[in-house]
Formats: sequence, C-alpha cells, structure tokens
Amino acid sequence: MKVIVNVSLKAGVLDSQGKAVHHALESLHFNNVSNVRVGKQIIFNLDESDEKKAMADVTKMCEDLLANTVIEDYAIELIK
Amino acid sequence: MKVTILQFPGTNCEYDTQHAFKSLGANTEILWHKSEVVPKDTDLLVVAGGFSYGDYLRSGAIAKFSPVMQAVTKYAKSGGKVLGICNGFQVLTEAGLLPGALKRNESLHFLSKHHHLKVVNNDNIFLEKLHNGDIVNIPIAHHDGNYYIDEDGLKELYENNQILLKYCDEEGNDKNPNGSVDSIAGVCNKEKNVFGLMPHPERAMEKLLGSNDGIKMLQGFLQA
Repeated sequence: MKVIVNVSLKAGVLDSQGKAVHHALESLHFNNVSNVRVGKQIIFNLDESDEKKAMADVTKMCEDLLANTVIEDYAIELIK
Repeated sequence: MKVTILQFPGTNCEYDTQHAFKSLGANTEILWHKSEVVPKDTDLLVVAGGFSYGDYLRSGAIAKFSPVMQAVTKYAKSGGKVLGICNGFQVLTEAGLLPGALKRNESLHFLSKHHHLKVVNNDNIFLEKLHNGDIVNIPIAHHDGNYYIDEDGLKELYENNQILLKYCDEEGNDKNPNGSVDSIAGVCNKEKNVFGLMPHPERAMEKLLGSNDGIKMLQGFLQA
C-alpha cells in the first residue's frame, strides 16, 4: 500500500514559514487567506496488507523519526 | 583530561573544537559516528557543530540513530559529561538527552554573527568559572536555533536552574536574535551533566578573532 504522512508544527507553535507565505500571498492580493501552515509530506510504499499492522508500523515511524513530537503533529493516510 | 569529539557525516566544527580544547591543555580524540563505544578514558564528550546528514528531515534527526548515539546515551545516563554545540545541541534534543526542540529561526534567515549572552545559572561545571549575570560575547551560526519548549517544560527549566544562557545585548538587556522562548541560548538536563547551546564557545578563544570569552566556558570542564 501507499503511505502518505503529513507533518506540521503543532497548533500552538509559531510557524514562521507559514507567516512569511501568508504575507507573500497578501502581497499578491489574495486577501481572503488566513491561518497558513507550512508542513512536509513524506510518501512511501509499504509492503504490508494488514491495515492495522501498517498503521501501527507507520505510527512508530512517526514517533521515532518522521516527526519531532515536541513541536510537530503528524497525520497518516494509507492508500490501498 | 580527555575530550572526545563526535564526528558525523556533515559535522564541520570538530577541528575547531579540537583546537580549542588542545589550546587549554586537554588530550583530544575525534570519534567517527560508526563507533559503538565511547572511549573509556573520556572525561568530556562533545557533539560538535555542523550539518550532520545535511540537516535532512530535521536538524539532528538522522544523527540520533547513528551507531555511536546509543553509546552516548549510555555514557550520559551513567553520569558522563556531554556538551552539544549548535548542531550538537540539536542532536541532543532529538535524542531526548536534553528537553525542548530547535525550530527554524523566526526571521527564516541563517544567522552568523557575534552575539552577547547572559549567564543565567552557574551552579554547574560548564559555567562555574563565570558569575550569574556575566555577559559574554560568543559567535552564533545557525538556521535552526529557535529554542522551543512548552509552558510546563519551561517552568521545570526555571525550577531546576537548567537555563544556562540567554541572548542579550551588550548591557545585558533582552535581545532575541532567533525567536527562542525566553531568549534561551543554552540548557542542561536536570542532573547537570548534559549541556547544549546554540552559540559557539570554541570560536571565541582568541581576542584577535573578536573574543576570547569561550575560554572561561570550556575551562570549566577541564578542572574535574
């Protein structure tokens, strides 16, 4: 299956890149934008057919490496 | 006195650090990250600055899985003294040996300049040659030096005197170059044997190069 992990700064943690992007969008006259967050996406294939097992594996990957849970949240998407 | 200096692919301050400690009379050894042990005679282990693994994913995130890091963790947990400078500080927070995390600078710019720092707690081996309130002039050079810790963690840092240094101006007034929580430039663990800071004391060893305030900091380690 295909795995997509989205990592972004936690809600309470100031996202300077998001702020800079927001300002840039405003300077392009997109004045209807708010709450911009910049994150990263990690995509890979996982050789695992059991969804439960896959979720457990990817969660462990996120906790150990893909996200720094002191400052970041992660969201996992599994695509069969 | 033996100082062991860690070297990952992408580390670039190991020779400056070696030069600094040698000039203070220490024996030094540079240790490649594939080593699975910390040399037995090590009195101080330094995780030097640079860009381990190209800062891929996050600064310090990949380095924490290097073979040597298990030995470093064991060494630290058994009371061994560890100092992380710049990328070394990032590695130690990623490895969970120091609290908090380092984010991208608030300005999003890479900062490379001299900066003043105020000594906040000198009741530890690293800063005991200095006094609380002393102001030192030490270079900073980082992109991800914006120290973050949540409110409970910050309270704990204050309660246990774990904040080592804060950024300030020449007079000691608050001046924050990178957005760090409470202008924190360096912290230690509760047990006060693991130290981390973003500024580079090893680059402040000679007046000719702008400052020798790093001498008093690094000397603290050499008397034990």
